[in-house]
Amino acid sequence: MRPTPEMLLFVAVLAVATILTRFLPFWLPAKWTDNRFVHLAKRSLPAVILLLLTIYSLKDVAYTVKPWGLPELVSLAVVMGLHLWKKNALLSIAAGTGLYMLWANGFLLL
Amino acid sequence: MKTHIFRTTLPVAFGYLPLGMAFGVLLQAQGWAWWWASLMGLVIYAGSGQFLAVGLLASGAGLLDAFLATFLLNLRHVFYGLTLLDRYRALGRLRQGYATFALTDETFSLLAGIGPHPQDDRRFVLGVTALNQAWWVLGCTLGAVLGQTWALPTKGLEFALTALFAVLLVEQLRRRWEPLPLAIAVGAAMVCLAFLPGKVFLLASISISCVGLLSLPDPEVAHPEVPR
Repeated sequence: MRPTPEMLLFVAVLAVATILTRFLPFWLPAKWTDNRFVHLAKRSLPAVILLLLTIYSLKDVAYTVKPWGLPELVSLAVVMGLHLWKKNALLSIAAGTGLYMLWANGFLLL
Repeated sequence: MKTHIFRTTLPVAFGYLPLGMAFGVLLQAQGWAWWWASLMGLVIYAGSGQFLAVGLLASGAGLLDAFLATFLLNLRHVFYGLTLLDRYRALGRLRQGYATFALTDETFSLLAGIGPHPQDDRRFVLGVTALNQAWWVLGCTLGAVLGQTWALPTKGLEFALTALFAVLLVEQLRRRWEPLPLAIAVGAAMVCLAFLPGKVFLLASISISCVGLLSLPDPEVAHPEVPR
């Protein structure tokens, strides 16, 4: 284990590395942030990133062995289907997560 | 407004509490006092970044290695700031500073997915950002204090974050259905899942999608009719 001052420095270095990634776009000169790419990013990146985060959060699922990722995929379909139908975010999230937890804790079998 | 902000962050709480606790448990298992977990949740505040930190600590990584690994892992944040640029500048210096400092995947998803609050976007952005961080710090602290002794039936609760991303995606698409960027993102995801390690998935797939987006026309330029 590192001594306390060294650990404090370690935590500070990680904090600075993370802070840099968050502040970088705000430090760019104005002409760099007013071009076709940034216009496209503002318009289309939210949907793109939300889709990629959804895929990312399910990337470690073992799709090739039983139960073939079905708990995740069925729960995800329930979330999206319910949301298209009822348009109630908390309901969609609670129902899908509840269903998934039943599977994860062995109350439902496939 | 307060209730609205609370309800908005509730799905994030379901994800951040168990994930933060998992982080706290890992850190205290290495022998660090509980408040180190709280401190890291406060000043680093990056889920995957803090799990990486536990690994870096365990392997005795040097400062430069730790800096580079964390910087690259979190570089995807650049795209979040770029997307929220105008909205954050309207917050004023101090609020913008905090909102930028605490911009995580989940906070970005909520803010970009829901869009500006029609009455008071400054309060909405600040409230959502701060409450999300509060959930995370609470999770980190609880995990480190309770250690391995907690045995709540929380297995699978992190699925709330997947569900949150999916719900916000549905809302975004209902507001504006644009299949081309989505097709580009799916293609980028396939390439990254097939050929790259999971650690770089987000940065790589977002970057590839951006290159793909450049093939589309500028949305802020009025397009003259194409002569036939």
